[in-house]
Amino acid sequence: MFKVKNIIPNDRTRKTWRGYLGAYLMILPAIIFLGVFVIYPMIHIVELSLYKGNGTNPYKQFVGLSNYRTIFFVKTDFLEALKNTAVYTVSIVVILMFMSLMFALWMFKDRKINKFAQTAFFTPHLVAAVSCAFIFSWLFSSDTYGLFNTILKIFGVAPVNWLGDTRTAMFCIIFMNTWKSIGYYALILMSALKAIPPEIYEAARLDNASSRKTFWKITLPMLSPQLFFMLITITIGSFKVFDSVRLMTGGGPGTSTQVISLYIYNYAFQRGNSLGIGAAAGVVLMLILIVVTMIDFRGFERRVHYQ
Amino acid sequence: MDKSQVLKRRQMTRRMRLYLPKLPGDIFKLLVVLMFAFPFYWMLITAFKTYSEAIVVPPTLWPKNFTFESYKAINELGLGMWRYALNTIIITLSVVALQLAIMVPAAYAFAKKRFPLQGLLFGVVLIAFMVPEQIRYISIFLMMSKAKLINTLWPQIIPFGADAFGIFMLRQGFKQIPDEIIECAKLDNATELQVMAKIMLPMSKSTMITIAMFSFIARWNSYFWPLVMTMNDSVRPLTMAIERLRDAEQGLIWNNIMAGNSILVLPVIIVFLFASKKIIQAFAYKGMK
Repeated sequence: MFKVKNIIPNDRTRKTWRGYLGAYLMILPAIIFLGVFVIYPMIHIVELSLYKGNGTNPYKQFVGLSNYRTIFFVKTDFLEALKNTAVYTVSIVVILMFMSLMFALWMFKDRKINKFAQTAFFTPHLVAAVSCAFIFSWLFSSDTYGLFNTILKIFGVAPVNWLGDTRTAMFCIIFMNTWKSIGYYALILMSALKAIPPEIYEAARLDNASSRKTFWKITLPMLSPQLFFMLITITIGSFKVFDSVRLMTGGGPGTSTQVISLYIYNYAFQRGNSLGIGAAAGVVLMLILIVVTMIDFRGFERRVHYQ
Repeated sequence: MDKSQVLKRRQMTRRMRLYLPKLPGDIFKLLVVLMFAFPFYWMLITAFKTYSEAIVVPPTLWPKNFTFESYKAINELGLGMWRYALNTIIITLSVVALQLAIMVPAAYAFAKKRFPLQGLLFGVVLIAFMVPEQIRYISIFLMMSKAKLINTLWPQIIPFGADAFGIFMLRQGFKQIPDEIIECAKLDNATELQVMAKIMLPMSKSTMITIAMFSFIARWNSYFWPLVMTMNDSVRPLTMAIERLRDAEQGLIWNNIMAGNSILVLPVIIVFLFASKKIIQAFAYKGMK
């Protein structure tokens, strides 16, 4: 009797510890990779931002917070980049969320034409940003063969220098990225729409709820986890917009499409001894991401309804 | 005989009458689809045009002289398209294989095991999901050049070993598998490896395929990372070779550029056609969580 009492707890602890060890071994490779290639760089970039240096000698001279002073108070190009990124982020979040919701509602039902449309809308997501940038540089081209200008000409409108005009350049970038990602987000919403149990709509219909009320009180709350996921991924994605900007406008004309990621790229290794400035801009971007993600979480915490 | 025909016709007219109100909406839908697919179509057909036709006004919707000249022309650039394509293939396949090997056990442990510090460690995964490449590359570049790896393909492979988005999604997928099944298997003396290979993986096949495909697309199409991680032409992937088509001295040869883009997109489309059903399935599961 005593023996039994003693053995069972011992055996159990050994088993749990062996279980823990197994679990740790399973996640170990992933944690090592994330530690070396995500967590360490995040800390390292803070250190780098305190030095003046370059690619071969990043720690040339300790300058304290002077890099931050430079980007915020001495030069104006960083603030310009921040502003452009904010414009891009707000526009793309609003446009993508609204339009993918419309598209999803329009064709989530199981019909042949919808299946075809879903695939067609998803296709741009497969095309590399490099290719998309080329295609749209061409469509927006100010030369006579540019398609959008050809269309304008039919209606008798004077040609627009789409990518070369400070007023339209950012619009072109937003337009292209909307085209590229809308199918992906619409697909996420469509799967969620299909998963809403029809009984709920049935009940609403029996209660004579108007279709507008049904949308606001049933459809939208049921989609909230997906909308939340979208909000986070679109926001984070918009902060790293790079390929399309670099290839379509290169940040220009002037600084009208200069965004943070391009700013970091330009300073980190492309110029002499400005690695620290690029790193400081990276730290600022990191802080912004943390704050924005926290706001996203807070704002949605109470409104997200998990099924 | 006569009667059944009449019946059939009546049925047809009834079906038509039901469908007719939907017709304008469907036509509009098709128009929107066409507008959406147009840039993509444009890319594919321009690759088969001659240069003079590619810039003609008004543009032609179908090449008058169907030619493969552009594909030949771009192969003479730099080290030749095939060399860059080979780099892309090696990088992409290595990343996908490495990621699956690292992600599957991690996602399994996060989904089905309880252990101390689990929340904190999963927090690391969530943070990694948030931090963009533009913040990480500075430090990783210095790391790689210190290790003298810059002129190899490694800097484009190992930093992507663990993909936070993949771990997150796969964990969701694993969580949907009932614990009872695993316990049953363990009662039959199945090892962890057997549980994973015989239960977890087959039951979350569509999630796996989706993750593998997204990671495939991301690597295949990546431009920023090779741009900042390579100093030498011999390790550059296809995306960078295509960017170079723009720098050609003769100005923008659109038919050549589009031929390069077509080569780049073709494998992705093929992979997608094989996986598309699974992807929609995986998303549907996520919707039902």
